[in-house]
Amino acid sequence: MVTDSSDALLSVLAKEEPRILRSWLESLNAGDSPQTGRIRDAELRTQAQAMLQHLRDALGSGASDAKSEAFAPLRDMLGDISRSRALQGFTPAETAHFILAAKDPIVEALNGTGDPSLAARAWPISRLLDQLSLHTMEVFLASREEVIGRQGQEIAELSTPVVQLWDGILALPLIGTLDSSRTSVVMENLLQAIVDEEAEIAIIDITGVPTVDTLVAQHLLKTIAAARLMGADCIVSGIRPQIAQTMVHLGVELNVVSKATLADAFALALRRTGRAVVRAKAPAPTGEDRT
Amino acid sequence: MDRIPILKLGGALIVTIQVDMHDRLALALEEDLTAKIASTGARGVLIDISALEIVDSFIGRMLDNIAAVSRVLDADTVVVGMRPAVAITLVELGLELTGIKTALNIERGMALIRSRLDESKDEARSARARRED
Repeated sequence: MVTDSSDALLSVLAKEEPRILRSWLESLNAGDSPQTGRIRDAELRTQAQAMLQHLRDALGSGASDAKSEAFAPLRDMLGDISRSRALQGFTPAETAHFILAAKDPIVEALNGTGDPSLAARAWPISRLLDQLSLHTMEVFLASREEVIGRQGQEIAELSTPVVQLWDGILALPLIGTLDSSRTSVVMENLLQAIVDEEAEIAIIDITGVPTVDTLVAQHLLKTIAAARLMGADCIVSGIRPQIAQTMVHLGVELNVVSKATLADAFALALRRTGRAVVRAKAPAPTGEDRT
Repeated sequence: MDRIPILKLGGALIVTIQVDMHDRLALALEEDLTAKIASTGARGVLIDISALEIVDSFIGRMLDNIAAVSRVLDADTVVVGMRPAVAITLVELGLELTGIKTALNIERGMALIRSRLDESKDEARSARARRED
């Protein structure tokens, strides 16, 4: 395939580049294309130019398959572009449109030469651009998934803090549904905190847990059992009235000390560790003091 | 090392497991400990497993057995210093060791046993007082 027709193809692409570029950018910026506005014209132009340059280089080496080695720089560049668009919030269709919009101008330029051997090359090139647009889609989706995965991990970490309320008293405010993967994170965090703080009592507050079904209860019990094995007692607090009813209806039994609020649980924890909260002095009479 | 030493301190027996437990060692410990409780009349058994990194269901069951046997011989078992990873493993294996008392470290474990010893001393004293009346 590396013949005169290839050279001719390259020379046409080089010669017609300004026209291809112009009509490509026009179609990218056309009213119905959603690409406008979110990315600067100059940036778009640089990307388009670079892409044409890489395309010429790759075709010059005689390759015709988008997966071949010669197209690696082009693929890398497109990967970068679609990754950055994924982060900017473009849709996959918009990202693929960037490549597909180049098809018409290039095919037109090849047909415009009137040379039948060049017009015959239009078909493989169009197929090549299709492959490249599929590649951008793949990279786009992969980077989106990466973002989602990272967010999920961050949420899991953010929502399982262990806080120290007092010497030897820890609180674990749970927020969100407890599934098995989160339970293991919660359990590890809690147990490590028990070791680090030499805690005697851990209060598990489930005010932020939307529903407690048998599975969640089982996860809770596992955590409590593990904490007990380490030598720390657990108190469950923050069971909302509806949840308490649901639990009873479901026949879920938490055979642990439970309190309605975190404050009650904390008071119990203080009592168990031999402490008490007392008022330092009698409250000032209200009303008169303020004047 | 084919035996784990058992130390006697007052009315309590102390065992610290410093090596990886294999099944025969576990069985030997169970046997030795039972014999020692019987011969010394100990009221508390403290097992320190802070150096134990790996447990399996067999070791878990051995701990449970030791606790059951010592309860029969009127002694409390306190397991201290369990590592987080070990606790998670035991829970995942379904061994919650409900018959065993636990404490975070050996100091708190001894405090637990000592309170038990004091209780029984009080009981003995009041029993003696009743007899003398």
